[in-house]
Amino acid sequence: MSKKTRVAILGTGNIGTDLLIKAMRSEHLECALFVGRNFRSDGMQKASNLGVRLSDRGIEGIIAQAADIDIVFDATSASAHLEHWPALQRLGKTVIDMTPAKVGALCVPAINSAQILTSGAKNVNMITCGGQASVPIANAIAAVQDDIDYIEVASSISSRSAGPATRANLDEYIETTEQALLQFSRAKRAKAILILNPARPPIDMQTTIYAKIRNPDLKAIRASVEEMMARIVAYVPGYQLIVPPTIEGDKVMTTVKVLGNGDYLPRYAGNLDIINCAAIGIAETIARQGRE
Amino acid sequence: MSKQILISDPTLRDGNHAVRHQITKDNFAAYCKAADAAGVPIVEVGHGNGLGASSMLVGECLLDDETILRTARENLTRSKMAIHAIPGFCTIHRHLAMALELGVDVFRIASHCTEADITQRHIDFARKNGKEVYGVLMMSHMASPETLADEARKMEAYGAEGLVIMDSAGAYLPADVTRRISTLVDSLNIPVGFHAHNNLGMGIANSVAAVEAGATIIDGSARGFGAGAGNAQLEVLVAVFQQMGYSTGIDLYKMLDAADLAEKSIIPSLPYISSTSIVSGMSGVFSGFIKQVNRVGAEHGVDPRDIFFELGRRNAVAGQESLILEVALELKAAKAGEGAQYA
Repeated sequence: MSKKTRVAILGTGNIGTDLLIKAMRSEHLECALFVGRNFRSDGMQKASNLGVRLSDRGIEGIIAQAADIDIVFDATSASAHLEHWPALQRLGKTVIDMTPAKVGALCVPAINSAQILTSGAKNVNMITCGGQASVPIANAIAAVQDDIDYIEVASSISSRSAGPATRANLDEYIETTEQALLQFSRAKRAKAILILNPARPPIDMQTTIYAKIRNPDLKAIRASVEEMMARIVAYVPGYQLIVPPTIEGDKVMTTVKVLGNGDYLPRYAGNLDIINCAAIGIAETIARQGRE
Repeated sequence: MSKQILISDPTLRDGNHAVRHQITKDNFAAYCKAADAAGVPIVEVGHGNGLGASSMLVGECLLDDETILRTARENLTRSKMAIHAIPGFCTIHRHLAMALELGVDVFRIASHCTEADITQRHIDFARKNGKEVYGVLMMSHMASPETLADEARKMEAYGAEGLVIMDSAGAYLPADVTRRISTLVDSLNIPVGFHAHNNLGMGIANSVAAVEAGATIIDGSARGFGAGAGNAQLEVLVAVFQQMGYSTGIDLYKMLDAADLAEKSIIPSLPYISSTSIVSGMSGVFSGFIKQVNRVGAEHGVDPRDIFFELGRRNAVAGQESLILEVALELKAAKAGEGAQYA
């Protein structure tokens, strides 16, 4: 049996801890180090129970153990990533950036994992949860309509699933999601909206994609979206189309819902799942390539 | 000396909800002039959901933010110009920086009542740039007085110089307002404000209850022009506060003139408490949903009242407009299912 690729997870919040559980389940990855700032955090406690090697020294912890690590997931915050990246770059590690810092190549596995691999990118940016949910749909629409005037994406996530870094990074969330929408749909304008919904019981993550198209070919759009759905569901099992592309006035509206796997937070937190499944997906692709 | 009440006038912001965000440039100019002449201390302008909110989700605005702010700036001399800004819709780089450049005086940074921490950077940005900043907690009926106080204290710590709670769904009765405002007044070292909606006919009564409980900032719109059943009617507030011996600094006659002008040239149909508004207030669902609920209800043959109560059961909050269609389709399917059983 070939050796698994060793990953380190920097950041022990909701994203980092959920990522840990997913990495431990992977056939291709193993978690060599789980790094935070505080051994008493919920994430650290969970990791400790799972028997994972821990460090509370932040980026210094990664530097100290660099020889044991192949890939680093940065699940901190956009501003922290800007500080971490130069150090990780010096170590020559491949970094999968979970924050909306948009330093590296924007990655949606359903769209561009092959290009990411051939480019040999050392910093791979996972955009945002809303971006992972919406960009593939925008891309699928763009595949059959080259005249998208405007694309808009509104995501609602449960308040409970948004940790402090997510809350502090709303502006970066918006800017990064919009950049990815423009890049992958070639729309003239894009807008992203994020709503933290405090409803109890928590609401499932939901994203609505609006596209302004002059002469929409609904049949072609639906077929293209269906095809994209199959590619997404391959790595995000809880991804569902709840309102298929529908003409509403002057726009085509599509709503998707993401049910999580219930790994760290309950199933409503599809936002954790979609970005983490995407990150694990690209990490496994990189790992497989590394062994060939 | 009589107690001072600081009036903030969202006619040209909340009113935009009532006309699907189609208030014209001429209307912005004319009402700003009239409110300025009346001595209204703060005039709020923009898309109904504030800066950067023009969107397919909540409605596209006839004018862009820049045009609105430039127009208001040109027509306000004494009154301060205010914006409403909800993080998640707008960003510091793109929207707040522009507002700063275009001369906005008062930044009202808003979040849902339990999400104050998303406002930290935005409040900080406006304060660091020397602007007057209020924290605004929307849909405040969804949180207990104690939770509201916790969230309000966060906004105070971020630098907010005043704290306004909104009864976005028009769900409060006066006793609810008294409880919340007194708790806030006791918990904060900054002025406390109240923004009413009139779904249950309580706009003025609730504003009076707020002032009696210690609030010193009150929002009101000309003729009540605002989302759903409208806001507290500003010219009535000015009159009532005068009768009660409070001072607003507003010239009553000129305020009445401004309201007449608004009725004549800006407001296509005066706000009233429609049957759906009542249901919106009772179900505690944001009244800005009404137009979409009515439209979707009509399109799919579903009773809008049923849609509202179902949205209330799901704790729908502003920004979840996409739920309207989902709920309507589910209710329709459930109804079809019932019919099929008896067929």
